[in-house]
Amino acid sequence: MEFFFDLVTNGLLVGLTYALVALGFVLIYKATSVINFAQGDLVMFAGYAAAVMLGMRGMPVWLMALVLAVGMVVLGFVIERGILRPLVGQPVIAVIMVTIGLSFVLQGLVAILWGASTRDLPLPVRMEPYILGPVFLSPINLVAAVIAIVFLIAFGLFFTRSRLGVAMRAVADDQQAAMVIGIKVPRVFALSWAIAGLAAAAGGVIWGNMLGVDTFLALVGLKVFPVVILGGLDSIAGAIIGGLILGAVESLAAGYLDPYVGGGTKDFIPYVLMILVLFVRPYGFFGHETIERV
Amino acid sequence: MLKLNNIEVVYDRTILVLHGVSLEVPKGQIVALLGANGAGKSTTLKAISGVLKPERGEIIAGSIDFNGVRIDHREPAEIVKLGISQVMEGRRVFEHLTAEENLIAGAHTRHDRRQIRQDLELVYGYFPRLAERRHVKAGYLSGGEQQMLAIGRGLMSRPKLMLLDEPSLGLAPLLVEEIFEIVLRLNQEEDVTVLLVEQNAAMALSIAHHGYIMENGRIVLDGPAEVLRNNEDIKEFYLGLSEVGVRKSYRDVKHYRRRKRWLS
Repeated sequence: MEFFFDLVTNGLLVGLTYALVALGFVLIYKATSVINFAQGDLVMFAGYAAAVMLGMRGMPVWLMALVLAVGMVVLGFVIERGILRPLVGQPVIAVIMVTIGLSFVLQGLVAILWGASTRDLPLPVRMEPYILGPVFLSPINLVAAVIAIVFLIAFGLFFTRSRLGVAMRAVADDQQAAMVIGIKVPRVFALSWAIAGLAAAAGGVIWGNMLGVDTFLALVGLKVFPVVILGGLDSIAGAIIGGLILGAVESLAAGYLDPYVGGGTKDFIPYVLMILVLFVRPYGFFGHETIERV
Repeated sequence: MLKLNNIEVVYDRTILVLHGVSLEVPKGQIVALLGANGAGKSTTLKAISGVLKPERGEIIAGSIDFNGVRIDHREPAEIVKLGISQVMEGRRVFEHLTAEENLIAGAHTRHDRRQIRQDLELVYGYFPRLAERRHVKAGYLSGGEQQMLAIGRGLMSRPKLMLLDEPSLGLAPLLVEEIFEIVLRLNQEEDVTVLLVEQNAAMALSIAHHGYIMENGRIVLDGPAEVLRNNEDIKEFYLGLSEVGVRKSYRDVKHYRRRKRWLS
């Protein structure tokens, strides 16, 4: 039982990071109806950039975080402006293909810029776990959870309290109606990509630290798919809950199944879960909340 | 105030839906734009507010002037800032936002917070029911409340000219009357000029100063509202009366069908 609690707690902490990256994905889908297959690669790109910056002599972590955050926001803007804006109104398949293309371009780009070998992303976090009764908390998981919670709360406040946040939700509901009241829809599109870039920056640093940085980091980023399928493609709350569930399930699978099969369950169990959920609820557990008056 | 001069709109680069529409909305008036389904009324409004693009429509000829400024080929946000606000057909409230958030979104082009708060109260004054339900998600409001919310949201940009697209659609007759009364009050008390698109011609002509009749992408007839109300053709085809108070019998239909005079 203690083992169980230990796994669940650490799983939930990791799950918060999934939730954060998935939020970026959901946001783009909600506002622009684009399924962004390059979300994982944005995470990887951020991880690389962070590792490279920390590799430079004398670069403090806070400066790295600042530069990375700004850089990823700009990257989000640039991608929207340069690649997706011209495709507005084109068939869905064209838009999806373009994000897949973008995904490979980003992978190629990091290899050219920074080489393909695995890099370390050292963060000033202690290695020995905190012991809380039966639970061993890994410090990096705690840090990750705190970062994720801060971001999630900030986004939550942004969407409910700020006028720009309300405008973004309005665009997600009805683009044309948003246009006729003077909301600049293209600006909202760009903003949602910028926020997705920011979320990817956080994910890249956290996972880069845990796993080391190479192009495989993109695969971790792709775990947003099971998360959003679980929670629903267009639900922000769903992304958070989906992330938590996925984190826990993954951690349990690694703890209980790995000893029998020799490891690696962590990498595919989320997708098994995704397939099962799709059988039962094709729109996810929280997604597609269509309001019908009766 | 608003002047459309020979506007032509084409959809998908092939289908011409407006064949040179010209109309004028004088300041302070309510102008009704009437016509059957597919006549091009909504397209006319969308051409004015600049939102044809998402439907792959385009203005290919003519000009639109608003207070002496050309507004065809401007971005919708700029047009809102100039003082035109459209309330789209079918209410189109933001379902997942609360009523109040809908209104706040409506003030997106403005920046003075105090003024916005005041206008919020103004809208609640005209639509007390919205005040009661301000924290309810708009998707759960009744049809009438949603229409009020849509009009209120349009008001929040402080428009000089409102384009109302079928505010009576799908509402009970009593509610329709209530909505039209409020439109009339807005026109008189808040000095909002109104261009009103309607299928409910009797209702629209009862509050309008002037009316235009559209058919197949053209304006076929226009005149002061009271003249239109007494026009035999309008009575027959839009008000559903042949001689006042007399219902048609099959015998009449059989031997004589009225022909629209403007077709010959």
